[in-house]
Amino acid sequence: MILRWLEGFGRFWYDFIIGDDWTIAATVAAALTATWLLHLAGLDAWWLLPFAVVIEVGLSLRSD
Amino acid sequence: MAVSNPSVFVTTFLASAVEVIEMVIIIVGVGTVRGWRSTWLGAGAGLAVLAVLVLVFGTALQAVPIDTLRLVIGSLLLVFGLQWLRKGIRRVAAHGLRGMGDWSASAEGIPTHGVDWTAFLLSFKGVLLEGLEVAFIVVSFGLTAQALGSAVAGAAAAFVVIAVAGVATRNVVQRIPRSALQLLVGTLLSSFGTFWAVEGLGVAWPADEIAILALIGWYALAAAGYTTLLRRRAHPLLAQPSQG
Repeated sequence: MILRWLEGFGRFWYDFIIGDDWTIAATVAAALTATWLLHLAGLDAWWLLPFAVVIEVGLSLRSD
Repeated sequence: MAVSNPSVFVTTFLASAVEVIEMVIIIVGVGTVRGWRSTWLGAGAGLAVLAVLVLVFGTALQAVPIDTLRLVIGSLLLVFGLQWLRKGIRRVAAHGLRGMGDWSASAEGIPTHGVDWTAFLLSFKGVLLEGLEVAFIVVSFGLTAQALGSAVAGAAAAFVVIAVAGVATRNVVQRIPRSALQLLVGTLLSSFGTFWAVEGLGVAWPADEIAILALIGWYALAAAGYTTLLRRRAHPLLAQPSQG
């Protein structure tokens, strides 16, 4: 019963955060990592995330 | 309760309204088909469980350092907002600004006395799950923008407005153009999420908070462009100029 509850809990949060296209969450994670690395290298990187996710949303819509 | 941050109030109001619309539609649908007594019992039980979860969840979040909070919550808001943005683009491209459609349920097996557990559980789950999403939005915006009062006020206002409208106009509530609201809120959540996630990494935005407005414009432009492209893909004749 606990395992079933944990499974349901995990499924709820998976659906809530990741939804039906995991590539969007993966792109956000990758873009944030790249932003952090560029920031550590002393470069302006604020532009990277908004550009990356708009491109990813387009690719996701195209693949539907 | 004083509204110290109008932008947080408006964003929380709109974001919560989307969830409350779903919640009210479930309650109105279940109550209309299965009877109101068990439906209200389920809704009340859902609210009670939700209140306990919010108190525990809120206390745990307040111990997290602000930059970590911005990074984590900003990332979550962004992926959550992008889901709505994507779904909103698809729905508006496919159906325009139409309503949600009808909720239906079978009227068979409704008990004549005692608690109708079907109505109870449907209502309970609807209130609990949609309420948790509202709580997530309130805690996210409230703590990250350090305007919890404005966030709570925005969600409370959304709840009152949508609930009163839902009860008063039960038939009309099922036709609210949710796709347009979802698209707008997806844009706002994505913009705030992007801003907070990047800020949480220690990266400074040009013009600081004003960058949020630029992000809203950027995502709105992208949404308008993708909606147009999808409509043209679905209806190629729209892309051709009329002749003769």
